[in-house]
Amino acid sequence: MLRRLASLPVVLFCVVTITFFLIRLSPGGPFDSERKIPEAIEKQLLAKYKLDGPLLVQYGGYLKDLIHGDLRLSTKYRNRSVNEILAQTLPVTLTLGATALLIAVTIGVWLGAFAAARPGTFSETGALALTLLAISLPSFVLGPLLILIFAIKLAWLPVGGWGTPLQLILPSVTLAIPYAAVIARLLHDSLRETLAEDFVRTARAKGLSERSVVYRHALRVAILPVISYLAPLAANLLTGSIVVETIFHIPGAGGFFVNSILNRDGFLLGGVVIVYCVLLMIFNLLVDLSYRLLDRRIRES
Amino acid sequence: MIYQLPKRARFPAIILSGMILTVLLGPLFFPHVYDLPGDQTYAPPSLAHLCGTDLNGRDLLLRILEGGRISLLVGICGAAISLLIGTTYGLIAGSSGRGIDNSMMRFVDILYSVPRLIFILIFINAFNERLQLAASSHGWDWLVGSSRIVILIVSLGIIEWLTMARIVRGQTLTLRERSYVAAARVLGEGYWTILWRHLLPNLAGIILVYLTLAVPSVIIDEAFLSFLGLGVQAPQSSWGSLLAEGASAINPLKGAWWLILFPSIALLTTLLALYSLGDALRRSIGEKGG
Repeated sequence: MLRRLASLPVVLFCVVTITFFLIRLSPGGPFDSERKIPEAIEKQLLAKYKLDGPLLVQYGGYLKDLIHGDLRLSTKYRNRSVNEILAQTLPVTLTLGATALLIAVTIGVWLGAFAAARPGTFSETGALALTLLAISLPSFVLGPLLILIFAIKLAWLPVGGWGTPLQLILPSVTLAIPYAAVIARLLHDSLRETLAEDFVRTARAKGLSERSVVYRHALRVAILPVISYLAPLAANLLTGSIVVETIFHIPGAGGFFVNSILNRDGFLLGGVVIVYCVLLMIFNLLVDLSYRLLDRRIRES
Repeated sequence: MIYQLPKRARFPAIILSGMILTVLLGPLFFPHVYDLPGDQTYAPPSLAHLCGTDLNGRDLLLRILEGGRISLLVGICGAAISLLIGTTYGLIAGSSGRGIDNSMMRFVDILYSVPRLIFILIFINAFNERLQLAASSHGWDWLVGSSRIVILIVSLGIIEWLTMARIVRGQTLTLRERSYVAAARVLGEGYWTILWRHLLPNLAGIILVYLTLAVPSVIIDEAFLSFLGLGVQAPQSSWGSLLAEGASAINPLKGAWWLILFPSIALLTTLLALYSLGDALRRSIGEKGG
């Protein structure tokens, strides 16, 4: 565990380095435009945004600023710092992501357990077919379709926007559905395996109800693969929310990310990537920790 | 050949072959004007335009078929690259000692939990113009127009190999304990010969199964990038970019629903067929799902 903790700064350093050089090596500067800017002004601009001097010196300066928690200024949204932009947009993205995570896990675990508890029945086949369908429905297909049905034809929910709980429903469901299906399949397979084990037979022999066997005893063990899937899931949700935010016109960090690529807004781009990675690493660590705790408790009992 | 497949894999295989044939041959049957901007913009589906027309009055069905060519091409080639990287990586990790294996798999774990697609986005934008410049200075005309697709294929192959590597490595770990591998070692065959002659042929089945599952993942990734306007770009289109156009065209005032519905159906059918095929094949060789 300690080794893991120690590897975090190394990974983070790699992330920062790769991001910085990928951005700085892309052709075209942030101030290239149709109208040519006078050279003196361009020089001043470059100096203000610390984009002058040799590349390695720039890189060193950027690292130093990062250590002080300064993500620098955005070159597109003049005079706004990246810290400021992220402070406004990140809570939106995280709310969306957390809600989607909750929905994905709830639906996924329920559906997976439902299917696994009914082996060989039509319910199981049906549930598994449903998950295949859901996995094939990426957010950019599901989102517009849900808008078409629930926002435009039925007019039950708002088309997009942000701020009310109602506006949260469609985007978070859109984001969650494919991953709920992945979790359901994972849990189904691991639960089927667990249900064939000895301790389950013992529990059944003790005369416990099927319900209690599946949900109280087997599920505890079978949930482990789902927990280790949470880390990649979080990365997928964060990436996926970029598209979902675009579809539903949500003012989150994802939209800024896409625009910063198009505008060659290097520090904003770098800021988003670095903050995303830090968040994911912290999340991974928590997942790892809880996995170990659960695993040990299961083995002890 | 279809009868050699497990029963549950036949139907998806038929759908998939049908889809590939339609996408390849379909556009040949359209009159040329259907591909040009026309004056019937946003026409709903009719007998003349079965799937309606788009913003510029082009026939949507034709665009879906042509977009399908790109989507499938990127999916298949990208998956092939991921197969190459994943298999090599997994084989080496699984057949080397514990130390190397551990650190190689730890690296895969780390990659799993970073937003890879985001890095690829930056990567594509950083290298597309360079590749284009290089192509035009060398006179590689074919590459100038399609540099973006080439770079898309390569970069998606670079990020989708993780699952393949994990599976191949796991399988290699069990295979290398088999007696025929031990026999080969006793007979003095070298490391690479054992990998190539004894391990790889026995991995072929499982690699093929996961290739079927890698294709839809790459197609989804491509559609994701194109949906954001950062993948395939006009004049070329893919299912992802068609969906993006469709999504920007729906609002309560003008409900051009066909622009969303038909590309969605095309993408959904293909993905569903690929995933069901992979799933059926996987179960038939006794692998557990994930």
